[in-house]
Amino acid sequence: MTQYLHLFRRELQLAFRQGGEIGLALGFFVLAVVLFPLGVGPEAEILRRIGAGIIWVAALLAAVLSLDRLFATDYADGGLDLLALSAMPLEGAVIAKCAAHWATTGLPLVLMSPFLGLLVGLDGVSIALLALGLLLGTPALSLLGAIAAALTLGARRPGVLSSLIVLPLYLPILIFGAGAVEAGIASGGARPHLLLLGALSLGALPLAPIAAAAALRQALD
Amino acid sequence: MPAGGALLLTGANGSGKSSLLRLLATLLMPEAGSIVWGGTSVSDDLARYRASLHYAGHLDAIKPALGVRDTLAFWAGMRGFPASGVDTALVAFALDAIADWPCRWLSAGQRRRLALARLIASPAPLWLLDEPTASLDADGERRLIAAIEAHRAGGGRVAIATHQPLNLADAQVLVLDAFAALPIDLLAAEE
Repeated sequence: MTQYLHLFRRELQLAFRQGGEIGLALGFFVLAVVLFPLGVGPEAEILRRIGAGIIWVAALLAAVLSLDRLFATDYADGGLDLLALSAMPLEGAVIAKCAAHWATTGLPLVLMSPFLGLLVGLDGVSIALLALGLLLGTPALSLLGAIAAALTLGARRPGVLSSLIVLPLYLPILIFGAGAVEAGIASGGARPHLLLLGALSLGALPLAPIAAAAALRQALD
Repeated sequence: MPAGGALLLTGANGSGKSSLLRLLATLLMPEAGSIVWGGTSVSDDLARYRASLHYAGHLDAIKPALGVRDTLAFWAGMRGFPASGVDTALVAFALDAIADWPCRWLSAGQRRRLALARLIASPAPLWLLDEPTASLDADGERRLIAAIEAHRAGGGRVAIATHQPLNLADAQVLVLDAFAALPIDLLAAEE
């Protein structure tokens, strides 16, 4: 547990000291959402209908954008060797890194989402459902993203490759996340969608670190 | 290798020195045979074996955004040790004056010293060092030799892959020849 906290703290330090990467993901998230109304027009009803979907898609893409900082620098500077030899299993290192990734990418997306919800004309209930859905779903984005980030270590164009691997895995999160807001607007029945989002994150918590750690061991070999 | 022993791995580029060290560090797993430590195969209790070794490879595992002291404290912590050995390590490699610098300010030689200071910051009975003198100046080399000899005097063991002659007392030398080590059927297949 001590090693887990050590690594989590160091990842936070690195993320904040190299703040550009957090800013990059957040900036992309905001810009992507802001561009949509310019593209589809200012019709409030259309924006309200597709707003949650736009924000979810932008969140997925912003999460993908930040995946390469999960393991790439440790792989390049030899830190991954030392992590593999440390007192903590690699699965624990993956969890610590995913937790830090979520805290520096997923959580800011959640906190930013109500403002963007207002921008696309969502009402108060929809904004609450959107933020709650992101809160429940973004941990799964980090955990599933870790598998892709680990699988593509050493690849020539890891960013593109990890996008191709991870975006299909993100589909259920997108469907249930946007569906929660839609269901909330239509019938007030958002609960099943939110429960499924939570289930996806909880399911990914034990499984994704095992898969990512196996890919990391393969990369070290 | 007896307690206090030193093994120097030498050989041409590509002869397998680094690969052998990575095998000994269990970063690579052998296709055949086993690595025995303390009378038992290391695969029987991998975590215990890994806790007993330090590996310093070609790469230094240093983050430019972190401080010198923070880097040592972090890696000692990741091995389950407190940061109490960090000051000794900083002095041993003459890094104490720059302990609060961010690592992005370090030269290649200073980065190498920092990577080697990890050996002192947390104890381990087996040191596996890959070209440890790379980028080091004469003072750095002297400090490295002193650290290795102090480690050996305490019963520690060290295996070093190197092209440079290292002035270590009673060191065993193993000259690697990759082609001699290749299985005959593989060589035949290549032909």
